[in-house]
Amino acid sequence: MDKKTAAVSMRNITKTFGTITANSDVSLDIYKGEILALLGENGSGKTTLMNMLSGIYFPDAGQIFINGQEVSISSPKEAFNYKIGMIHQHFKLVDVLTAAENIILGLKESGRLDLEAASQRIRNICDTYGFDINPSQKIYDMSVSQKQTVEIVKVLYRGADILILDEPTAVLTPQETEKLFNVLRNMRNDGKTIIIITHKMHEVEAISDRVAVLRAGRYIGEMKTSETNAQEMTNMMVGRPVSLNIDRPEPVDPAPRIIVDGLTVRSSDGILKLQDVSFTANSGEILGIAGISGSGQKELLEAISGLQAAEKGSITYISPDGVHEELLGKNPLDISRLGITLSFVPEDRLGMGLVGNMNLADNMMLRSFRSGKSFFTDRKTPWHLAEKVVKDLEVSTPGISTPVRRLSGGNVQKVLVGREISSAPTVLLTAYAVRGLDINSSYMIYSLLNEQKKNGVAVVFVGEDLDVLLELCDKILVLCGGKVSGIIDGRHADKNEVGMMMTRLGGGKDDE
Amino acid sequence: MNNRTESPLIHITKRKAMAWYKAWGIRLIAVLIALVVCGIITTLMTGDNPIAVYATMWKGAMGTQRRIWALCQGIAMMLCVSLALTPAFRMRYWNLGGEGQILIGCLATTACMILLGGKLPNPLLIALMSVCAIAAGAVWAVIPAFFKAKWNTNETLFTLMMNYVATQLVAYFIIIWEVPKGSGNIGIINQQTEAGWFPVIGGQRYMLNIIIVSILTIVMFVYLRYSKHGYEISVVGESENTARYIGINVPKVIIRTLLLSGAICGLTGLLLVGATDHTLTTSLAGGRGFTAVMVAWLAKFNPLGMVLSSFLIVFLQKGASEISTIFSLNQSFGDILTGIILFFIIGSEFFITYQLHFRHSGKKEA
Repeated sequence: MDKKTAAVSMRNITKTFGTITANSDVSLDIYKGEILALLGENGSGKTTLMNMLSGIYFPDAGQIFINGQEVSISSPKEAFNYKIGMIHQHFKLVDVLTAAENIILGLKESGRLDLEAASQRIRNICDTYGFDINPSQKIYDMSVSQKQTVEIVKVLYRGADILILDEPTAVLTPQETEKLFNVLRNMRNDGKTIIIITHKMHEVEAISDRVAVLRAGRYIGEMKTSETNAQEMTNMMVGRPVSLNIDRPEPVDPAPRIIVDGLTVRSSDGILKLQDVSFTANSGEILGIAGISGSGQKELLEAISGLQAAEKGSITYISPDGVHEELLGKNPLDISRLGITLSFVPEDRLGMGLVGNMNLADNMMLRSFRSGKSFFTDRKTPWHLAEKVVKDLEVSTPGISTPVRRLSGGNVQKVLVGREISSAPTVLLTAYAVRGLDINSSYMIYSLLNEQKKNGVAVVFVGEDLDVLLELCDKILVLCGGKVSGIIDGRHADKNEVGMMMTRLGGGKDDE
Repeated sequence: MNNRTESPLIHITKRKAMAWYKAWGIRLIAVLIALVVCGIITTLMTGDNPIAVYATMWKGAMGTQRRIWALCQGIAMMLCVSLALTPAFRMRYWNLGGEGQILIGCLATTACMILLGGKLPNPLLIALMSVCAIAAGAVWAVIPAFFKAKWNTNETLFTLMMNYVATQLVAYFIIIWEVPKGSGNIGIINQQTEAGWFPVIGGQRYMLNIIIVSILTIVMFVYLRYSKHGYEISVVGESENTARYIGINVPKVIIRTLLLSGAICGLTGLLLVGATDHTLTTSLAGGRGFTAVMVAWLAKFNPLGMVLSSFLIVFLQKGASEISTIFSLNQSFGDILTGIILFFIIGSEFFITYQLHFRHSGKKEA
């Protein structure tokens, strides 16, 4: 591999934001015709490093060489001049335009706009690498995976030879991931350079030729994927040995806690989001909910927690003493006034679960500020709670009075989960509890959920990583297009079967 | 490989945080630069000595004891309106209807004084005036708030429109109550009986206003920072989703907050008519409903900071009008100076939020 030419060389790159050093003296070579996986925990500086390559940030010190030439990349446009293209986690597409229109958008080609010629070029690119998109399809008609394909083709259309993908598989099903990986392999064989950022170890092993590890902004090392394993890579990332097994204790006296029956929910635009959903969540168990994002997971959790009105159906809460209460039609305040402590860790952490501009103590207060008869708020108790959460969950923060938006993703989530479990709930709903979290924080969240399960809490875990769902959950409910595609036992489930159920009701039988 | 490092000429990054004294230092520098720029412009345009212009400005605002009292009255009234707008603004509800809410308060006060003056004992009349003015302001503010809470209408436009309605109402009643008929104004109300006039404290007719507004400033500061209501206002302002998530009744908070906001605007109207001016005109609010928006923003919605920002604005206003008179300049010249100073103060916020990085000089070739 040493004989290959370095497509990209980064030398002694340093980047600071205020007092925080995102990258410190990083040197990295990426060769033509290889797939490099860039590994690191949250805040280790992977994305910052790649943003400097794609022209979003500019390094404070250090040099970048493209094919041996030193370059200065001060804008994404210049990055394209050096044939570098980045595919971000969040797609940047115009919904009402077609794939072809999106792809040529912003290109300054001479002459008249020739959509037909563009479509032909797009089809050629698709044929070369095995993409499957229709250039004249509108974006709003597309699945997440198709949109991602458009983003990749957009970059290739601009002639990129160096592609950076930031967590491309976070939103994909296992089948879609496999398809993407095949395309990436084709591109590699065509001599393209590919850098992929991901947290999922088995994907690193499946796709990459080489891995490079960053920790706390520093370059730690690199190795051939074929000569390493998940355990070694994780240890390098974290800086100490960690266990990669997720615990799954046996359920503790499971008894029905929440019974959802025939739940049908429409969005405010009248679109059917959930249709005739029925299931039971038991105490002392973790119920996993799998599905492609947007299959009704959000509406389901919000309906249970009193934030979403339903068209039909019922949600019955059964307290540990056996009292039945109907939750539908009640708002969160009504529910807590019934004496039900229902905790909810929403998907949108800073937009719903927490207030970004408020400090840790004020965020702890969100749930409890009404307590007491005084006209004034009690500031001491939340402050102590914040201190306790910071200590127990190892939240890294400059202090209790720091606004939570300044914390990194993993620490934000620890603050939120810490608050939600501090009220000793009987039901704990979590949506994408480990999204964007690094290995360390993720495992801490898993063990917190298991602790709740052992305390007899009914835990609902909406997840996107099937491997985690299969390892952590006692039961898995698979949603497909707002309907229940099936409920399976987590201990005997098969990943491919779940993947099929996510895309087709009831799973993979062709005759259905 | 050589050691050349290329970089763009300037790039801008967001600062993480800044110590408060540094931030105030930047603001102070901005004011100083503004004064220098104003001086240059004054000299270029009028040929007058800038130092003399500033001295006049100072004298205009604080030259005599009477002027100092007038300055304090101006600050008190400006602060009162800013305090009224603050709870709404902290909720990200852009109440631009301060002007109308003040005028309606003025109108209610005037109505009580004219219709009931001499018919009720004075303390009772004053109590009634207070209740009516505060209620009128609250009602004027709560109408748009109700529509916002119920149907999510745009409060900016709605409150703005309510200003015109209030102005026209006042104009209509001025015609009804005008003295003498045909003069188009009301004159001093109850000049002989002084019915409904607020008592003069310590021989200073502005003293009462200043005391009331000082107390209000502290109450508002405590209310916003330490009360449960204040906390709810902040949460609704930051994120309605979070508010719903923790079970805050968002429409209720919007309506309650705007009742408060309108009530304080009504109080401003009460003080203007009952304690100082004793008359009613359509321009009695004097644009304070709008200027207060700037006062509140400059202080980042902190009631204590507003004491400073309203001082600054009122001082500039008074000083600028004095310059125009003394140097027989166009009235607009004072406004130009005020504009320049405000431009620099507001512009300095950019340097507090962002940091500029210049290319390290020397090593760079083209």
